[in-house]
Amino acid sequence: MREVFDGALGFPYHQAMSAQADTILWDVIVVGGGHAGCEAAAASARLGARTVLVTHRRDTIGVMSCNPAIGGLGKGHLVREIDALDGIMARAIDRSGIQFRVLNLSKGPAVRGPRAQADRKLYRQAVQEILREYETLSIEEAGVDDLIVGADGRCGGVVLQDGRRLRAGAVVLTTGTFLRGMIHMGEERTPAGRVGDGPAAALGARMQAMGFPLGRLKTGTPPRLDGRTIDWAGLDAQHGDDPPVPFSTLTDRITVPQIPCHITATSEAGHRIIRDNLHRSAMYGGHIEGRGPRYCPSIEDKIVRFADKTSHQIFLEPEGLDDPTVYPNGISTSLPRDVQDSLLKTIPGLECAEILQPGYAIEYDYADPRDLTADLQSRRLPGLYLAGQINGTTGYEEAAAQGLVAGTHAAGVTLSIDRAQGYIGVMIDDLTTRGAPEPYRMFTSRAEYRLYLRADNADQRLTGLGLAAGLVGSARQAAFETRMARLDVSRETLDRLGGSPPQLAKRGFSVNQDGQRRSAADLLSYPGVDWAALVRAWPEELAAIGPDLAEQLSIEALYSGYLARQDLDVKAYRRDEAVVLPEDLDPDAIGSLSSEVRDLLKRARPTTLGQAARLPGMTPAATLALLRHVKRGANRSAA
Amino acid sequence: MTDFLPTAQGETIFALASAPGRAGVAVIRISGPHAAAAAARLGAADLNPREMTLVAFRAPSDRATLDRGLAVLFPGPASFTGEDVVELHLHGGRAVLDGMFRALEACPGLRPADPGEFSRRAFLNGKMDLAEAEGLADLIDAETAAQRAQALRQMGGGIGAVLDPLREELIHALAMLEAWIDFPDEEIPPDLLDQTGEELAGLATRLSGLEDSSARGERLRDGLSMAIVGPPNSGKSSLLNALANRDVAIVSETAGTTRDVLEVGLDLNGYPVTLWDTAGLRETADSVEREGVRRALDRARAADLVIHMAVAGTSYDADLPGRDGARDLRVASKTDLGGTVPAGWIGVSVKTEAGLAPLLARLTEEADRMMGLGEAPSLTRARHRHAVGAAREAVERARAGVADGLPLELVAEDLRHAAQAIGRVTGRVDVDDLLDVIFSSFCLGK
Repeated sequence: MREVFDGALGFPYHQAMSAQADTILWDVIVVGGGHAGCEAAAASARLGARTVLVTHRRDTIGVMSCNPAIGGLGKGHLVREIDALDGIMARAIDRSGIQFRVLNLSKGPAVRGPRAQADRKLYRQAVQEILREYETLSIEEAGVDDLIVGADGRCGGVVLQDGRRLRAGAVVLTTGTFLRGMIHMGEERTPAGRVGDGPAAALGARMQAMGFPLGRLKTGTPPRLDGRTIDWAGLDAQHGDDPPVPFSTLTDRITVPQIPCHITATSEAGHRIIRDNLHRSAMYGGHIEGRGPRYCPSIEDKIVRFADKTSHQIFLEPEGLDDPTVYPNGISTSLPRDVQDSLLKTIPGLECAEILQPGYAIEYDYADPRDLTADLQSRRLPGLYLAGQINGTTGYEEAAAQGLVAGTHAAGVTLSIDRAQGYIGVMIDDLTTRGAPEPYRMFTSRAEYRLYLRADNADQRLTGLGLAAGLVGSARQAAFETRMARLDVSRETLDRLGGSPPQLAKRGFSVNQDGQRRSAADLLSYPGVDWAALVRAWPEELAAIGPDLAEQLSIEALYSGYLARQDLDVKAYRRDEAVVLPEDLDPDAIGSLSSEVRDLLKRARPTTLGQAARLPGMTPAATLALLRHVKRGANRSAA
Repeated sequence: MTDFLPTAQGETIFALASAPGRAGVAVIRISGPHAAAAAARLGAADLNPREMTLVAFRAPSDRATLDRGLAVLFPGPASFTGEDVVELHLHGGRAVLDGMFRALEACPGLRPADPGEFSRRAFLNGKMDLAEAEGLADLIDAETAAQRAQALRQMGGGIGAVLDPLREELIHALAMLEAWIDFPDEEIPPDLLDQTGEELAGLATRLSGLEDSSARGERLRDGLSMAIVGPPNSGKSSLLNALANRDVAIVSETAGTTRDVLEVGLDLNGYPVTLWDTAGLRETADSVEREGVRRALDRARAADLVIHMAVAGTSYDADLPGRDGARDLRVASKTDLGGTVPAGWIGVSVKTEAGLAPLLARLTEEADRMMGLGEAPSLTRARHRHAVGAAREAVERARAGVADGLPLELVAEDLRHAAQAIGRVTGRVDVDDLLDVIFSSFCLGK
């Protein structure tokens, strides 16, 4: 890790740059006030870097442009990881969530994902409130038209729409759907970053001119409904967990009032309307070139691709406690307004619902993330970091996690998380290795070490790394260290307790009479032995271990056999990750590589042998040739 | 750059270290923490480091003598791979090798090496110079190509043909579980788990049937295969007879006599070669002959070397389906009739025996090239057996897990291991394979 802080002198960039009359000097400029931008700015500011967040409108910082919810499978894991690194998303949703549910409660702990519906306004306010706590963070209301490239070829700032120039040591770009954003509603097309906000057209054009590998993606959103015009009577309610489980380890309990969601569904009559009007959909009318995510299909898509399904469910999600707006999750669409109206009339409960804002599809530019290094820095333009939808991802959580990583590196601090340490590592490796041929969303199936990458142990996995990087504040540090100390003591207790088969029999455990000693930790890993059984056997010794630690220990015991096996895989993975490929690696200099593999290596520029081996199209033989080349080079330079 | 310390690898691997083909002595190399223990199980206990010991090798299962040979132990890190290595020097017969491979496979913690795995470990453990001296890196390309060819060739009655569909089934079952895990709020049919349980039961049965059949022992198909293809009556069978020096095919003047695939074993410079004579390629209404043509094409696809044949002076479209990377050779026949031999073709007359010697020399050269770099087919089979066995065990654990109500992520973990095992042979199972199945099976997402 690079030493960044230099006592009272502050940040190294300060000294390197001389102030000019029309410029203000910053350490880090973050462009964009969405979820990536906020985490990037907060991370940079936590590290003490003088940071400015540039956004069109101060009051839209932390706005949820799409559905009013945080978390879910894989996504909830990411939020816990952000929290473990002292990020803001988990604390913000804890202050604004109006329905908390841990998904997959019926399945094992590794695949449980916390999720919460948010009160949009409260969420935005919470984010803005938390950001205000950072003393080294400023907000600038402006659009950005251009990037400043210094004589050294590094990105050294941005040019604002009003012509002002902001200079900085590094720039983090989090443009979301704003980069040449285009809203489609039926045949109508409107250039916009989201409804009501203009796009970043000039910046998109500039980036294209500078040779960034840009592509088009699309996503969509459903019409927003007036909840006062919905007939709730016949609809099923879905309640949250009681008590609600917070996202952040720093939140004791949720104090926001909790309200239910409701569920309805489309019907054949509605499907007919959609089929009859398919040609008027922006997507099917051929107006959209960008690729949309398969896991977030529009209602048109669902009806075309799954023609035999007679009904699709819709979650009616309230957007706030004192806001009548309802988000009908499940019917995102780019059909014209009048078709959206007719469709609603066929949906139970929505027959008389009024649309507050019609649904639409939005197309936007993204930059191929294979052009980034693992710190999310552009190889084309060092000093420029990209995070969020501009990298081809979807989702607030994916964006926020990238923002945190990009903001940290922009501030000059290394934070490297590998695939065996966190979903953050999985995502960044996937993006930089495989790109984003369709909008990238996190799933737990993307993680090969899923049993270890759990939402319940995110702090154990990452807070240590965060502390080393200087990202973690004192409050979290204290809480973390206390918890770890208690966990250690509890683990020791479980290892110490136990006995031979006859001794265990006296305490009520029947095990094979093989003369082997078994610890309480061993017993806990057996099917049919739970924490309560251990407490019955050793009531005094285990009395001091509270329910949260007991749960943690039970989870570890449940997975112990599988985790031991997984450790071997992790070792093999790390061995290949430890073989660092030289930055100036020239695939043409390696004999015995096919031209396909050479092209692959030139395009992807993997940084480790492991990353190279994961490239789609890489062969074992080519990996070995690469390894041989690298080892030979290392030997020569050592000699 | 970090220096590599010899790390304890989890698994111990073995493979033939000497060139396959007929040889006086064959060397099997075992590398990894269990190398010495495995050698001991086969009868080579208490080996002194770097000292050749005469050993009567016995199968641990029935104590049957496998061979008498030499064993030597190189404790790590001063060994070829940097790990503990045992080398077994054996008499090079195929039956001996096959028996040794089976015995080694049955040792705990051992599995057949993947192509290039020895060199890879050697490199990672800083043993580059040694590995390089043996020119192994170049071998890897050939090894993998040879392995693919081997799999293809064994499709007739072997493991290869069934592994690909099994991989697909495995991907499907795993995708169903992953969908169930990753999309909890979605409309996934409630009986999905029961279905998956049934799928797993079927999969386990098929894998275990495969394991049995391979344990009974397939016919050894060591060596190279060469197929002669060409239009009817171009003299394919005559060439086969001439090369084999005996009448194995019915040679007649009527076009389309050979309706099936005939084969004959040849010995080219010590390498076993199977030569296939195929039915003439032509459009035909005769259903028996059509079947012959289909088989001819199948054989051509599976062969290591395709000999395209046409009568000298006739036009012939040689753009025939050969497998990827297969070598081919063009032969113009019946040169005694006076037709011209196109450039790049070898002219042959079976009647006058003109051109036969150059053709044989060329075939021998090809055999040398291919066999010198290939790997022992019995090792390929051992690897298949191991993959199938490991997959079967993992699938059975998964099936039992579903039945016992084990948490699904653990069931999925077992299936991931099964997919990994099969993937060693058929190509890696990737998360995108799963997502493709998931999104085409269910309408997911809001």
